Amino acid sequence: MVRAIAILIGAGFVAVLSWALFWSVEGLITEPPAATAVAEFHLHPKEVALASNGLLGTYDNRQLQRGLQVYKEVCSNCHSLKHVAFRDLTQIGYSAAQVKKFAADWGTKAKQFDPKSGDTTERPNTPADYFPTVYYPGQGNPPDLSLITKARHDGPAYVYSLLTGYGEPPAAMLKKYPDAKTPDGLYFNQYFATLNLAMPPPLAQDGQVTYLDGTKPTVKQMSADVSAFLAWAAEPNLPTRHGYGLAVLAFLAFFTLLTYGAYKNIWRDIKH
Amino acid sequence: MSFPWAKHYAPSNGFTKWIDERLPLPRLVYGAVGAGYPVPRNLNYFWNFGVLAGAALGIQIITGIVLAMHYAANGGVAFDSVEHIMRDVNAGWFLRYAHANGASMFFIVVYIHIFRGLFYGSYKAPREMIWLLGVTIFLLMMATAFMGYVLPWGQMSFWGAQVITGFFSAIPVVGETIRIWLLGGFAPDDAALNRFFSLHYLLPFVIAGVIILHIWALHIPGSNNPTGVDVKGEQDTVPFHPYYTAKDGFGLGVFLFIFAALVFFAPNALGHPDNYIPANGLQTPAHIVPEWYFWPFYAILRAFTVDFLFIPAKLLGVLAMFGSILLLFFLPWLDSSPVRSSNYRPLYRIFFWLLVADIAVLGWCGGSPAEPIYVILSQICAAYYFAHFLIILPIVSRMERPQPLPNSITEAVLAKKGGTSPAHTALSGSPVPAE
Repeated sequence: MVRAIAILIGAGFVAVLSWALFWSVEGLITEPPAATAVAEFHLHPKEVALASNGLLGTYDNRQLQRGLQVYKEVCSNCHSLKHVAFRDLTQIGYSAAQVKKFAADWGTKAKQFDPKSGDTTERPNTPADYFPTVYYPGQGNPPDLSLITKARHDGPAYVYSLLTGYGEPPAAMLKKYPDAKTPDGLYFNQYFATLNLAMPPPLAQDGQVTYLDGTKPTVKQMSADVSAFLAWAAEPNLPTRHGYGLAVLAFLAFFTLLTYGAYKNIWRDIKH
Repeated sequence: MSFPWAKHYAPSNGFTKWIDERLPLPRLVYGAVGAGYPVPRNLNYFWNFGVLAGAALGIQIITGIVLAMHYAANGGVAFDSVEHIMRDVNAGWFLRYAHANGASMFFIVVYIHIFRGLFYGSYKAPREMIWLLGVTIFLLMMATAFMGYVLPWGQMSFWGAQVITGFFSAIPVVGETIRIWLLGGFAPDDAALNRFFSLHYLLPFVIAGVIILHIWALHIPGSNNPTGVDVKGEQDTVPFHPYYTAKDGFGLGVFLFIFAALVFFAPNALGHPDNYIPANGLQTPAHIVPEWYFWPFYAILRAFTVDFLFIPAKLLGVLAMFGSILLLFFLPWLDSSPVRSSNYRPLYRIFFWLLVADIAVLGWCGGSPAEPIYVILSQICAAYYFAHFLIILPIVSRMERPQPLPNSITEAVLAKKGGTSPAHTALSGSPVPAE
């Protein structure tokens, strides 16, 4: 009885799915999905060689410091970094005193509410403060960058590709897809999901920042540096994690070996 | 019940004797997972996964309790509190990555555990109750995992909650009202987040309770084994401890090694990047996908693309998705073959591996965007899924001619390993052979 009912129900599901399948196939034949400019011209991120890549990756503090400089002088005009505190900068090789000065010198001051007067006043940032909120009046909605490398596939490579990926739309694309013309106010970038984004090329020319350590500030260099910095901002514990990971795996390998020995020893006279 | 030759607990000193007379808990443990539980001697490594699932639950509960000390279930701060755990709580990144990947590891071992049951016929008489409780645990796990995924309050959390609670709106007439009642609002928000957190904390303990019933039910007939042949005598079994505790110890080592490799070296590999974007009810992600362990069921849901007669496609999809799991409750009665192990079922064995491949393809489709080619594949594979359990299995189990079964576990073992003297018992003398 159970089996008879089951076969009926099963036949019902198969019938409904066959019906749906028929219409899916029919739809695919009569109206095959149109080719789109995005499907054809969107590119996967290109490789960028960062110290944090790979299973044993760590951070290169000098590069992170250069990246911080790019963030400060370029990105921070529009993008916030709200999950990172100034105190965290001691992790990338700054002394406590340097961090204190860096925080105090930061352009946007910390807001504080005076309960006596009801006024909001400003004070310099301290190491305990987080990078201040950025209010952006222009077109688009600049995302917070604290987690950007974890919030996109191939994070650091994506940021690097986007920053170095601006250009003119290929003639072949415009010929094939006339509608794919970049709308006014947007900028063409083959690494962006929809090919056009509101952010103008932020790193447009070499020498936009002047590095203190003498590194030549090419667009590629600045892009790689800020990608490395944002990778750190999103995952500051990466070197610790990799270090602990090696120790934990070494211990577990040893532990597993011991348990294997115990298992074989206990079972040695039992055929199984 | 246990086998007549099961060893009995004997308190070894005055203290354990005192305990035993007042609360025989050590006696219970001894009989459940100690030397007092005789287990078939021929279990292979697939029998490790029950213990591993228990270990995975334990890890989830421990990491989860500590995470709950730092997490704030409020739409305004939930996302930030998770980042606080990641950055400022001591070893918080470890706890969170262990918990997030722990869910994946839990599902991996449970899926292997379930497929082991399917292959070796562990759901058949007299073990139906173990199977029913197991399916119940699976359902509870799915509910717990879904609600846990909502808590970080990222984009996939929010939109996942939107999609899953949307299932209830497929119910005719009262569906939308039920959905709003369950959510405590028109869309997922504080009310939903708080109740999900509350239930996410509660359900693991319910799971632990059902696991106790699952093990209790297991101890009535005893464990199944790769031959599927019943235990005939003492020579067929070894005591759980030390034999299977040792083997499970080794299994646990391998499990922890893989788990740690994931946590320390690829903690975000199984997650979706969109969940690092804070929840935003005004911006739908390009592709809403659940966690990988729900992909096969998600593919079944999305396979129903057209209305059938008067039934809307959405309702069909929801019914099929829930049905695909609920039908497992009937499995012991759908498969009427008296032979348990697929090793002796030439026909069923083929369909079993087809089912494994079918579910793998469904998983692949469920994780892919809803493009025509994936929808078509889902429809074919979903049809096979239902056909397998509801049509093929009842028919195959009737017409199949099984291969000859060994007379006993010991005979099967000795036939495979060779052996001149079938020992009277599996153990030659003392439980731990002397050096």
